[in-house]
Amino acid sequence: MLVLAEHLWDRMVAHCLAGLPMEACGLIAGVEDGSGTRVTDVYPTANAANSARVYTVEPLDLLKADRAAEAAGVAVLGVWHSHTHTPAYPSPTDIAQAPDPAWHYVLVSLSDVEPVMRSYRIVDGRASEEPVALAACRDTAVQW
Amino acid sequence: MPVEVRLPNILRPLAGGEPVVKAEGATLREVFDDLVSRYPGLEASLFTPEREMHRHLNVFLNDDDVRYLGRLDAKVSESDTVTLMPAVAGGAD
Repeated sequence: MLVLAEHLWDRMVAHCLAGLPMEACGLIAGVEDGSGTRVTDVYPTANAANSARVYTVEPLDLLKADRAAEAAGVAVLGVWHSHTHTPAYPSPTDIAQAPDPAWHYVLVSLSDVEPVMRSYRIVDGRASEEPVALAACRDTAVQW
Repeated sequence: MPVEVRLPNILRPLAGGEPVVKAEGATLREVFDDLVSRYPGLEASLFTPEREMHRHLNVFLNDDDVRYLGRLDAKVSESDTVTLMPAVAGGAD
């Protein structure tokens, strides 16, 4: 399960909307614990592909995010990107290019009125959806 | 002339599980060759069959992307840090 604070979700959506009509992307950082992955920060990145249909995380943004996560005592654990005109399901391109089976792959679809988020693990060319829990910062069950 | 090479999670099992390893070389190609001599499992992740830099790999020399420093011909010196990261890409297509 992926646990994500609402204010981080808001930041992800804002970056996706700001990127229109192109796909937007970013990285998520956090910690793994017994119940799943708690996202501690999200890092909006440039889409080096500058495309409405594909994305490439700008390499230097990837380096900066990795260093920022390390400095915060966490790790980059996944990537998110928008689908501007299709549902929040991994495309064959997403599956073929997934770099790390341990990562979380979060898709944000902007094809409907309200943004839709789904998260997946992609292992050996197969995507499996995982639950996502949105948590308010004041939620005492989630330590930020 | 050893340099420090930082590995992403995905490559660590191919290098004894270490997050940071040492390698020798005056150019990035020499550093990669030395890495592969120590950890042969890294060959396919670092090089294409033509022994060019793998296209799904991001390589940084300190704070710079080596694509702008001559790629495998980039000059490396002792105090440098080489950071390897997977290319992160996809899309709706």
